[in-house]
Amino acid sequence: MIRHLISAGDLTRDDALLILDTADELARVADRPIKKLPTLRGRTVVNLFFEDSTRTRISFEAAAKRLSADVINFSAKGSSVAKGESLKDTAMTLEAMGADAVVVRHSAAGAPHRLANWVRGSVVNAGDGAHEHPTQALLDAFTMRRRLGGTVTGQGLDGLRVTIVGDILHSRVARSNVLLLSTLGAEVTLVAPPTLFPVEIGGWPCATGYDLDAALSKTDVVMMLRVQRERMNAAYFPSEREYSRRYGLDAARMALLPEHAIVMHPGPMNRGVEIAAEVADGARSTIVEQVANGVSVRMAVLYLLLGGLEPAQPATTAPPAATRGVSA
Amino acid sequence: MSMPAGSPALAGYKPVLDAADIGRAVTRIAHEILERTRGAEDVILLGIPTRGVPLAGRLARCIEQVEGRPVPAGSVDITMYRDDLRMRPARALGHTDLPAAGIEGKTVVLVDDVLYSGRTVRAALDALNDLGRPRAVRLAVLVDRGHRELPIRADYVGKNLPTSQREVVRVLLAEVDGQDAVLLGEARDQAGRRDGTAARGSHEAPATKGAQG
Repeated sequence: MIRHLISAGDLTRDDALLILDTADELARVADRPIKKLPTLRGRTVVNLFFEDSTRTRISFEAAAKRLSADVINFSAKGSSVAKGESLKDTAMTLEAMGADAVVVRHSAAGAPHRLANWVRGSVVNAGDGAHEHPTQALLDAFTMRRRLGGTVTGQGLDGLRVTIVGDILHSRVARSNVLLLSTLGAEVTLVAPPTLFPVEIGGWPCATGYDLDAALSKTDVVMMLRVQRERMNAAYFPSEREYSRRYGLDAARMALLPEHAIVMHPGPMNRGVEIAAEVADGARSTIVEQVANGVSVRMAVLYLLLGGLEPAQPATTAPPAATRGVSA
Repeated sequence: MSMPAGSPALAGYKPVLDAADIGRAVTRIAHEILERTRGAEDVILLGIPTRGVPLAGRLARCIEQVEGRPVPAGSVDITMYRDDLRMRPARALGHTDLPAAGIEGKTVVLVDDVLYSGRTVRAALDALNDLGRPRAVRLAVLVDRGHRELPIRADYVGKNLPTSQREVVRVLLAEVDGQDAVLLGEARDQAGRRDGTAARGSHEAPATKGAQG
């Protein structure tokens, strides 16, 4: 596996499957009386958050703590960043503290990439601007595999039809999901108003459309994206009400979905805008499950990046015995 | 016995136990477990992946045949508890599968193929500690090859096999390898095996597995 997790596009299919299979095993830790493993004892994970986040930060924190790592939370508010410290100076500080991994969220696309050149530890991208959010894509893929994949170890998402709906333009979740899901063999369709597609969308490994109703009847997974008011500095659609009427998922649209299809949302939701409350709370919604799965997937990422001498290599040719190692 | 020839990886290994020997050893261990636990009451067999798991299954079936009562068998993965994790790239996890009743208050018999340094067993004891509080923990191994590095011993041994540290013990089981055999060979790469830096080629890997325990 790569040393940093910056983009979902850096993961090979074997890398991605190794993460998902590892997460499957680690998910069982949540059911145990002692929800902790000693594996990352003595390692330090820094959560470096320049942008507001609750669930991602807490999820990474829980994941690191379940693996017994020491966690340092650094949020830009109330830190020297507010006093004008640069990203590089912050990186030097972290380096001096001996961070083994830096989990970074930043409003600027590419910030984790820059950071990776300045610190010795592994950098995990927890969302950079409208660029990428690879662990969200991993937890989404994990949730799809658990819900729709049957017995799952070693399997991809081949042939699974996934429709991602909403603000593609500003969505790092959409970009990471398109890259990862296509690596895993899923067929991804993006649906949005024309104004909310990025210009370069033609180069993405997915189909696109403007009509939600047409897409719903032939999809196994529908993922609703949040309307990101804070990033919208122009009029991308006439009104929220109109957006909701054309691209919101309500009970009537749910009826168009196949029986087995699931509804996903990366959160936080705007209830009544992109998703109706009754849909979000319905039995086919995986929204709460996604949060729980997020911890397992992030544990897997931290373990595979930090658990050994160097990041894990997916063993495609070695027999299972190879995993037992040498001298224990 | 049928020689596991054919595979170039096994060239130079000499057979120590054949399928019938392994069958007899498993049967004897099953009887010893029954004897010392008064009919295997409250006993749980937990295999250590990879080859401890099918061995635990065989012991369970054997005990059931003799006693006419099922004995739960499962597996406990020790990867996250190893003391040499930092010496090699992070590795994939094995499967932990506990019987529904859990291990609380039960007599757990850990099952592995080869007992060598004792470090795997130490890791397994740590893993059990996080899974519950068994009444007692016992250890059953198919082969004890000596050279312990920790104060650990087996309660049930299929075969005591004096070896030198240069040698490699390979256990093959039908469930994993397509045949039953215990083989002894010379390490083909120089030294280094026990410091965690040995070669990780796909053919040498099972051999290094045999070299530990």
